[in-house]
Amino acid sequence: MRSEALLSVCDLRIAFGAVEAVRGLSFDVLPREVFAVVGESGAGKSLTARALLGIVPRDATVNGSVRLRGGADPAAERGRRIALVPQDALSALSPVHPVGDQLAAAVRSVRRVSRKEARARAVAALDRVGIPDAARRARAYPHEYSGGMRQRAVIAMATVNEPDVVVADEPTTALDEDRRERVLRLLAEQREAVGAALVLVTHDLDVVRDHADRVLVMYAGRAAELGPVERVLGHPRAPYTAGLLAALPQDGPRRRRLPALTGTPPAPGALGPGCAFAPRCPLAVAACHEDEPEPQAVDGRTVACHRVADVPEPIREFL
Amino acid sequence: MTDPLLDVRGLVVRYGPVTAVDHVSFTLDAGETLALDGPSGCGKSSTALAVLQLRRPHAGRVRFEGRELTSLTDRELRPLRPRMQPVFQDPYGSLSPRHRIRDAVAEPLKAQGRWNADDGPARVAELLEKVGLDPSSGDRRPHELSGGQCQRAGIARALACEPRLLVLDEPVSALDASVRAGVLNLLADLQDELGLGYLFICHDRAVVRHVADRVIEMREGRITSEWRPR
Ligand code: SF4
Repeated sequence: MRSEALLSVCDLRIAFGAVEAVRGLSFDVLPREVFAVVGESGAGKSLTARALLGIVPRDATVNGSVRLRGGADPAAERGRRIALVPQDALSALSPVHPVGDQLAAAVRSVRRVSRKEARARAVAALDRVGIPDAARRARAYPHEYSGGMRQRAVIAMATVNEPDVVVADEPTTALDEDRRERVLRLLAEQREAVGAALVLVTHDLDVVRDHADRVLVMYAGRAAELGPVERVLGHPRAPYTAGLLAALPQDGPRRRRLPALTGTPPAPGALGPGCAFAPRCPLAVAACHEDEPEPQAVDGRTVACHRVADVPEPIREFL
Repeated sequence: MTDPLLDVRGLVVRYGPVTAVDHVSFTLDAGETLALDGPSGCGKSSTALAVLQLRRPHAGRVRFEGRELTSLTDRELRPLRPRMQPVFQDPYGSLSPRHRIRDAVAEPLKAQGRWNADDGPARVAELLEKVGLDPSSGDRRPHELSGGQCQRAGIARALACEPRLLVLDEPVSALDASVRAGVLNLLADLQDELGLGYLFICHDRAVVRHVADRVIEMREGRITSEWRPR
């Protein structure tokens, strides 16, 4: 654990019966950084995000550790030092209480302050996320808010207690492109304003490129690659990261066909003994089908791939 | 000069007092991809439904292969429907969860009275192969397939009765990034091989630039601009 880390994850494993969905993840979240967790469906990114706050499905078994700076269990600090912006803005707000009351209750659940003080903090948080006439709007119910305002209110809820870490689980998946940008900008601003680190879970590499400092690329419950965004996305060293980037449609001269990866991401429980990416990997050799590669430090990032030493960058040319 | 595959003039669609599509006009040639881009609620999906006559427009004309569709009765439209097929965003939603993939693909052939027991199964196998699915996937049900495989099955079903036009409503938006490229490649190959016209509804700028020959931008029911990606 790096001494300055706000949050440390060590060999996190989440299993459902005999099926492991998250299979040994280790990483730190540093103060004030935007740390992206990217992966496709089934990669385990949402499970991981929730485990950071100590939220796990009832039928899951969790091993390994997640600790806040100083060793605190994040489950005990939820809402105080670490907070969640969930995927579905509606689920975070109760329909039967005014929005301001809900924020004030969140304040009083972690701080011994007067009702009046809690109320003032709630209004300030709503104002900070750009809700016009916040003092009056605080008395309104969630259904009286527009969709965009509800999204803002949820972000205000997560930041009202000025946590060290905000975890946003696919906060923009349900939104179209214009709204997506607005929400991401708002999250970035709020992170600045309260001095928190942001863990941003997404499947969208463009979001990572535009908004994150470091990125963890997950595949089948493991880290394929982890490091600074400009290195990992600019000069990928894991074949999965490189293949994923190459397959993205992008501006520039028209290519009729994209260099697509074959196959689909594996379902948890349908994994062989070797590297989970081996059935789709153009660089796979015999060893890849036998042993799972361990993460190793290369070229300013961490990569889990048997061939990282013998395939030079840019590996795109080898795919 | 030959007629365009699709010629839409002054299309208007209303939902109660709301005008969702407000005098929209465009043409589309065989072998061409026209993208409709715009934020949600801009009227692009309503335009698609009106082109397919799944939602009858309030005004305007829709000429498809030289025939005016808006004046046809549902009964008269029926034989034309297989030639203009939709492919939707949610790959699971467009296939019945209870039916095997092979039955879903055979269904349009049966509905058109073009099924016979001798060569029907071979035609289904051929369609599955054409979209890059293993023949054994015909025995599966939708939930047993991945999103990408399901979207391929939906495309096979759309191809069953030799369409000329596919109306693709966000066909890759719900797919994982590593799977999306494969489906886009498949659509490109099918267009090259069969000369299909694509009306491609999409709000992802990178995808639009990749697939489209021409792009129409919509906002609040109207066309605000038209451009070519290259
Ligand atoms: S370990 Fe082998 S299969 Fe896995 S990513 Fe590296 S080269 Fe490919």
